[in-house]
Order: sequence, then structure tokens, then C-alpha cells
Amino acid sequence: MSVPRYWREMPYRIRLEARKCKLCNYVNYPPRTKCYKCGASEFEKYYLPQRGILLSFSIIRNPPTGFEKTTPYVIGLVELEDGTKLLTQITDVDIDEIKIGMELEQTFRRISEDGDSGIIQYGIKFRPKYLKF
Amino acid sequence: MRPIIDVVISGWGSYIPIYRLPVEEIARVWGASSDHFKRDLLIDEKAVAGLDEDVATISVEAAKNALLRAKINPEEIGAIFVGTESKPYAVKPTGTIVAEAIGASKKILAADFEFACKAGTECLQCCIALVGSNMIKYGMAIGADIAEGAPSDPLEYSAGSGGTAIIVASRNQEREPVALLEGSTSFVSDTPDFWRRPKKDYPSHAEAFTGDPAYFRHVISATKLLMEELSLRPSDFKYVVFHQPNGKFPIRAARILGFKKEQIEPGLIVPYVGNLYSGSSLTGFSAILDLAMPGDRILLTSYGSGAGSDAFSFIVENGILAKRDNAPKVFDYIKHKKIIDYALYCKLRRKI
Repeated sequence: MSVPRYWREMPYRIRLEARKCKLCNYVNYPPRTKCYKCGASEFEKYYLPQRGILLSFSIIRNPPTGFEKTTPYVIGLVELEDGTKLLTQITDVDIDEIKIGMELEQTFRRISEDGDSGIIQYGIKFRPKYLKF
Repeated sequence: MRPIIDVVISGWGSYIPIYRLPVEEIARVWGASSDHFKRDLLIDEKAVAGLDEDVATISVEAAKNALLRAKINPEEIGAIFVGTESKPYAVKPTGTIVAEAIGASKKILAADFEFACKAGTECLQCCIALVGSNMIKYGMAIGADIAEGAPSDPLEYSAGSGGTAIIVASRNQEREPVALLEGSTSFVSDTPDFWRRPKKDYPSHAEAFTGDPAYFRHVISATKLLMEELSLRPSDFKYVVFHQPNGKFPIRAARILGFKKEQIEPGLIVPYVGNLYSGSSLTGFSAILDLAMPGDRILLTSYGSGAGSDAFSFIVENGILAKRDNAPKVFDYIKHKKIIDYALYCKLRRKI
């Protein structure tokens, strides 16, 4: 990912910042200029919930370039507390522990890096919920 | 040292990664005995950061926990300082990454501090000064590290990962103060006990020289200076926290200064997570805030090689009761762990 694109997308990648339509209340994530549901263009800033449950997952053993040393890792479809669905990496979990329906929570992590001398890209992953907060 | 305006702690929060490497496993790989590390240095295991963790991610997790307790709008924070010796970039401040991740304002001071293991308390001193001179409303001081020790070096048995964030405010601004700063002091000298040269992955150290002329001289001098300035005796403190490179050093320093075992034990986290370098003394302090009661007086003295110590005295206030349970405690993180072997440790810490 280019540096300008990473910088531009920071709000929704590292804070899960979405846009809530003022007309129909639909949560647009990633943010859009027109509401996906009603086409309106008036929004308010909205932060996606911290927690959710795992709807489905895939274990990645043959990764794309740049992720070779991180295998095996888990990509999951997470349904957040407000119903928003998010495709994200599940971390801090052994692959034999992963199961549909498990409770998850946000965590701030490294996503990727452009080699040894490029930028480090951060973002939100989800981990098994183990604390009551 | 005392600020012009009374400064209080508004919130605190820590983060410790989930993985633990027992000292027996390190000893097994190098054909050594773990007895010395377990029996003499009181280290059972160390916290290991995951493959997708670094000082920025640890700092953000700790900062979010501190915000949960402070209950403030992050846009009101005027300074975010990160003290570390393992920053992810050689040139690019970690403080800006934390600020962006927590949604802080752009009108903010952000910087990384380095003073070996006392960089976190240096950040705290500077936040206290900025708040205490009314230049900012809230200041966030973070001490965090992914501590490194060279393979087979004694440091490898203790170098852990984790960190803590402290938010300070003026007493006038804070409705629920956690603890009032009574005073602080610093003591530094040019003592080359531990160092890392540019482009080197691991630090070097001067073996036994790290003891008396380094750790003990600075910790004891800073603590004595603070107690003299505030006219306090060891018995005036309910809890004391010193930098924890191992379990032996802080216990011996406490004994020399006249503190009892029950004053230092509650904040002693090194047996469970290892030496968190810049996060060490602040995370011990955080563990104390997790259990202290209004009226308790807490002594915090850091140590950073090179060398120096910062000492602080705080008196706990009523606000701690309403805030304590708003975020995970240090021992919540300590208890939640996954034991790993040396091979996985090498993968997670990018040694292979």
C-alpha cells in the first residue's frame, strides 16, 4: 500500500471510524461519500463497537507476498455489537482454538510493513475476548 | 521538585502481551541451569510480544486503558510522550502513532524519550511540568518496551514486553483525582553500566558493575533525596515501587532504605513478566494503583542505565475507587497467558 493511501485511510483503519447516515441511520464502513442504503450525503462520525462475535473464518496457510512469516493466521468475518460486519484478522489465538460464535474484541496491531526500510502499517485486529471490559 | 499547580493522576492503564517464556525453557536451549534466575533473581517467566506487536501497539493498548479510567475526551490531551528503548522506527515518533490511534487532537506535543529503563518516568516528569505550569490540560506519559537481550546472555532470561500509560491533570481540572503528586526528584550521573551502540540489535552491559555503582547508587540516592525534601520516613509509605531488572535488586534496595517486605511485594511484577525496561517501574506502580486505597502514600523510583533515577511520592485520593474497575488490571493481564517454547519465541521476536 502506498504511503499516501495508508495516511488517507488511517481514521477507518486504526480507529474503525465509520460514517452514520443522518437520513436513514445506516452505518457506512468503510466510509462513503454517498450512503450505501439511501444515497444521502449527510453523515455523522461514528466509531464501530469494540466487541463482536465470529461469524466465519478461514485459516491462511498460503499467504500473499509480505505475510509469509506470519502463517498460519486467521481471517474472520466478525459481526459487531451494532450488526456491522467486518472482515479482519484474528490474533492472539491458536488455530485449534478458533470457533464460530466466539466473542472477540478490538486490539491495535501491526498489519504489514513495506520491507525493512518502508513504513509500518497499523490497524485494528480482533482477539478472543478474555477480559470483562 | 514541586509544580506550581497541584498535579494529580487522572487515569492509568497497562498492557502486557499474552505470551510467556519460562526461564527453564531458555536454560534448556543453552544447556544452563535456571536455578540462579528463579531462586536468586526471582524470575519465573517473561512476557513476549506477539509477531504483530511492537512498542507502538503496546503503548496504544495501555493508553486506551488509561483513557477508560480517566474518562476524558482524548482531544483534551495536550502532550503524549512515549519512553522506550525499542521504538519501531529509528526516526519517526511513536507518540504520533499513539495520538492518531486514540483520536487525540492535532494540537498536541508528541515525542519519544530515551533514557534506558527510566524513559517512562522522564515522560511523567515532563507531563507533570507541563500540567503544573498550566501549559496543557492533560498529559499522557507512557513507558513501554519490547526488551531485548542477546541469545544466551543473562539478559535474555529477563527481558520482557509490556507498558503503562499515566494521564496527569491539574487538581483544578480533575473531578475524580486518583492520586496527588507530593513531589519528585531526579538523580543522574555518567555511569556506563549498560548501553547499546547504533545499529546493534542487543544491548551490552558491564556485568556486576550494573549493581552497586549503578542501580543501587542511583535508586537509593534519588529516594533519599526525595524523602529529605518531603521530610518523610520509610514508615510513612504504604507501598514502594522500584525499577525491577530482576526481583533481587528492588528487594535489596528496599531493605537498605529501611522499607519492609510488605511495602514492596505488591508492586513486584518481575517474576511474572520479566524486566519491562521503560515500562518496568510504571507497570509496578500501575499494579499498586490497582489495589491502593485513599490515603495511601506511594513511592515510585525508576532506574535507567547510563544512569539515573526519578523518584515520586503520591498520596492516593478518593477518585481511585470510581475509576479502578473501568479497565483491566495488571494482574488480569499477568494471569491471562499462553506458555510458548523457545522456537516460537524466536519466530515471534523475528530471530528466524
